[in-house]
Amino acid sequence: MDPQAQGPRAIDIYVDILLLVLLVAAALVVVTLRNLLAAALVLGIYSLIMAALWVVLDAVDVAFTEAAVGAGVTTVFMLLAIAATGRHEKIAHRRPWLPILASLAVGGLMIFGTLDLPAFGDPQAPAQQHVAPHYLEQGEAETGVPNIVTAVLASYRGFDTLGEVTVIFTAGIGVLLMLGVASRRRRAGESDDDDTGDRS
Amino acid sequence: MEALTHANYWAAIVLAMIGLYAVIAPSNLIKKLIGLGMFQSAIFLVYITAGKVEGGTAPIIDAAYGVYSNPLPHVLILTAIVVAVSTLAVGLALTVAIKRDYGTVEEDEIDEQDRR
Repeated sequence: MDPQAQGPRAIDIYVDILLLVLLVAAALVVVTLRNLLAAALVLGIYSLIMAALWVVLDAVDVAFTEAAVGAGVTTVFMLLAIAATGRHEKIAHRRPWLPILASLAVGGLMIFGTLDLPAFGDPQAPAQQHVAPHYLEQGEAETGVPNIVTAVLASYRGFDTLGEVTVIFTAGIGVLLMLGVASRRRRAGESDDDDTGDRS
Repeated sequence: MEALTHANYWAAIVLAMIGLYAVIAPSNLIKKLIGLGMFQSAIFLVYITAGKVEGGTAPIIDAAYGVYSNPLPHVLILTAIVVAVSTLAVGLALTVAIKRDYGTVEEDEIDEQDRR
């Protein structure tokens, strides 16, 4: 590592750690809040911190998608659903130790799994040596797009993006079928709302 | 700095554990969906962390930079975020429909009504 890279890299790691701590704190607040309206808003903050973290990790395209879709659209959906179902969570009478035990067991296994992973940022890691160098070296010449994420998304893997659009379309149909015109006609007289998810 | 080489992965796992707890423990269906969303974000963090290259920059080709982070996890997670919102919309729509039919979104109350 050359000394010039030391400065920005060290500050990157400090910002990274700070954002991770904020993320865990926001997640704990979301879980403990009984007021669902507040929980949904803190979930929006969680998404926004996540978006900042994506910028630190060089994933700028993911960052603006997370900020627009994760922090924006998700929060709107949550608020609409909470408006229709009530904002207060009932205090559960079941014992919390079983879920805690289950998540600790899963987390322990996952941490055991990470011990074999390459170190954070290792340029020699297998993931960095496979097809990624081809896209980075040839991508601009082959597609004419300097942003390689866009080039892969829209050109190399365009069919996958078509599949993604199919998923969104299917989800939109599903939401419309459950809350849309047909069910409204069936339940004529009952109060209704307009939580349709087809805007994503 | 040596001890921090896996910090991102471990933070992601802690977030996944909190999300998993929030899926299992509460009886409120909206809270479960919130937990599901947090679990998904944690998985995204694992992927993006795996794509980071030390000293790299965002994968937008420019003559001024030589080292770029891996663009492929970014593409995968872009798709995954949009799909996550789609599934969340369907889940919330189901919850609203359940509220309409049962008058509640608490799991134990729904069970009670089903047993009658």
